[in-house]
Amino acid sequence: MLEVQNLSMRFGGLLAVDGVSLDVQEREIVSIIGPNGAGKTTVFNCMSGFYKPSGGKILFEGKEVQGTPDYKISRLGMVRTFQHVRLFTKMSVAENLLVAQHRHLNTNMLAGLLGTPNYKKREQKALDRAAYWLERVGLLDLANREAGNLAYGQQRRLEIARCMVTEPKLLMLDEPAAGLNPAETKELNQLIVSLKEDYNVSVVLIEHDMSLVMDISDRINVINQGRPLASGTPEEIRQNDDVIKAYLGEA
Amino acid sequence: MAANNLRHALFCAVVTLIISIPILGLNLEAEGINIILTGAKTSTYIAIVLAAIAVFVFQAYRDSIMGLLGKLPNLNPLADKEPMEQSKRAKLESWILTGIIVLALFWPFVVSRGSVDLATLVLIYVMLALGLNVVVGLAGLLDLGYVAFYAVGAYTFALLSQYTGISFWMALPIGALLAGLTGMTLGFPVLRLRGDYLAIVTLGFGEIIRILLNNWTTLTGGPNGIGGIPEPTLFGMEFGRRVKEEGNTSFHETFGIAYSGEHKVIFLYLIALVLAVITALIIRRFMRMPVGRAWEALREDEIAARSLGLSRTAVKLSAFTIGAFFAGFAGTVFASKQGFISPESFVFLESAIILAIVVLGGMGSQLGVILAAIAVTILPELAREFSEYRMLIFGAAMVLMMVWRPQGLLPMRRIHITLNKQE
Repeated sequence: MLEVQNLSMRFGGLLAVDGVSLDVQEREIVSIIGPNGAGKTTVFNCMSGFYKPSGGKILFEGKEVQGTPDYKISRLGMVRTFQHVRLFTKMSVAENLLVAQHRHLNTNMLAGLLGTPNYKKREQKALDRAAYWLERVGLLDLANREAGNLAYGQQRRLEIARCMVTEPKLLMLDEPAAGLNPAETKELNQLIVSLKEDYNVSVVLIEHDMSLVMDISDRINVINQGRPLASGTPEEIRQNDDVIKAYLGEA
Repeated sequence: MAANNLRHALFCAVVTLIISIPILGLNLEAEGINIILTGAKTSTYIAIVLAAIAVFVFQAYRDSIMGLLGKLPNLNPLADKEPMEQSKRAKLESWILTGIIVLALFWPFVVSRGSVDLATLVLIYVMLALGLNVVVGLAGLLDLGYVAFYAVGAYTFALLSQYTGISFWMALPIGALLAGLTGMTLGFPVLRLRGDYLAIVTLGFGEIIRILLNNWTTLTGGPNGIGGIPEPTLFGMEFGRRVKEEGNTSFHETFGIAYSGEHKVIFLYLIALVLAVITALIIRRFMRMPVGRAWEALREDEIAARSLGLSRTAVKLSAFTIGAFFAGFAGTVFASKQGFISPESFVFLESAIILAIVVLGGMGSQLGVILAAIAVTILPELAREFSEYRMLIFGAAMVLMMVWRPQGLLPMRRIHITLNKQE
């Protein structure tokens, strides 16, 4: 469903991403790994429309989407999280999820001012969906708290829930396990797998936690210094000499 | 450490002397056609020296003085209290607002004509501040040219009445819509800018509108302004002694009461009150609607908001347009109240005062902004005796406020939507 062909991104004299290709099938978890500064997040930024790539194509469900503005990308069904959690910290947990459903709501101002039945119905539906996902990630008890007051692990899960209420087809997770303890990582692991199995979402994952990556990925792409280094199943990657040398380290 | 303090204190004292001697100690006096420089009275010089000594002593012993101050009991008995529960707070706020409205309804019938006039002005500022509050407080866009939209509203009414003889009630929606449209047109190219850059550009737009009004003499009359703007009528009843327009009747004749100039003033006040209440209610409602949440989300974290499908331009533009719309409202009322407008009324200082009201009141907080609008408009009037020092007092009050309560009189604590657990 997603195909990235020969993507390159240049910042002035720096070629941050050079010729990266990857593809994601439906209901598949694909990981991107590589050393720090390899260009993984830059690939994400291109895919999610924050950067306009200098070269190459990004096809989502057969349509070229490179250079499409960020907010339109997410409306197509590709939603991302961020390396550093980006919540609306002064808003309540539930409101974070309502903002994410903005385009599902009746945003007609007159309808809102008058409180038409359609407006109320959609508002309620959004609240229900928010409640459902909060339950799903175990935050329902904290629904009315300010998002900024949550513990770090909870903020991470809220960010994923916030993506899921937009009903995406493809979820892009940028280092979701960073800063989590082993128990939380395990929960995250189960959550991601269930997103794929139960909600038919494809996942693209950037992660440094190798146990997580090897555990849940269907396929892995390795990037080094902006260039693709290898790709394949976890088993193939684990045994790839180049990858071991550049990233995994020799045992 | 002591030597360091001493040097700093000496420096401050010298600065005090340097600033105050030329300003207070030297006077220019006219003698015939010549202007001569004279010294002030000896007492003034003594006062200056005493002030310098006071500055020196305070700066030299600043640490110990501040330490002593810190030991004083806290003057605010509420400081340590837990914040009120959300539902209680919402109820209290509605009660206070209702109280203010009821009080405002009876106000014109118990006070003098001058006070009613002043109260109308306060209400106009309340409308302006509530509108700017949407742009600055809720959407987080620093707009220094807000007065431009106020001018558009006022001039729309003035020009239309001059050229087509339109009435107040027709002009009110037209003025507001036109101001909103101007906000949209001006906003479109600049809203991709952020923070300081946006502030500078809006400042520029504000000035452009004023200069345009000033120089387009054939249409706007330039600095001479436009006069003879009609007052509002009540179902075709005029408030003047004699009926100006054919087909209208006069208010005092219809009801068979003696003519009084006060009727008109009170009527205008009530119109302004109704419009201010409508403004407050509409914006209050907006805050809880998807658009209100989008404003806040975009202010909190623009990147995250965009990644979730919020269009930056559409959301910011809506805030800008709505803010401008209410400024147009206020402008129409202002034109009708004054009966005469000129570009003089729409200088940058007005923008600054409205912004000051929003910041003093607490960005985003409606009740705070209303209280601040009352305070900022009335205080200079009360301090009329010291008219020379009005701006000085205003400035000093502002500085003190920002030092002690930077979050404003009543900082915004938004009502969160609560999610009730379901089975």
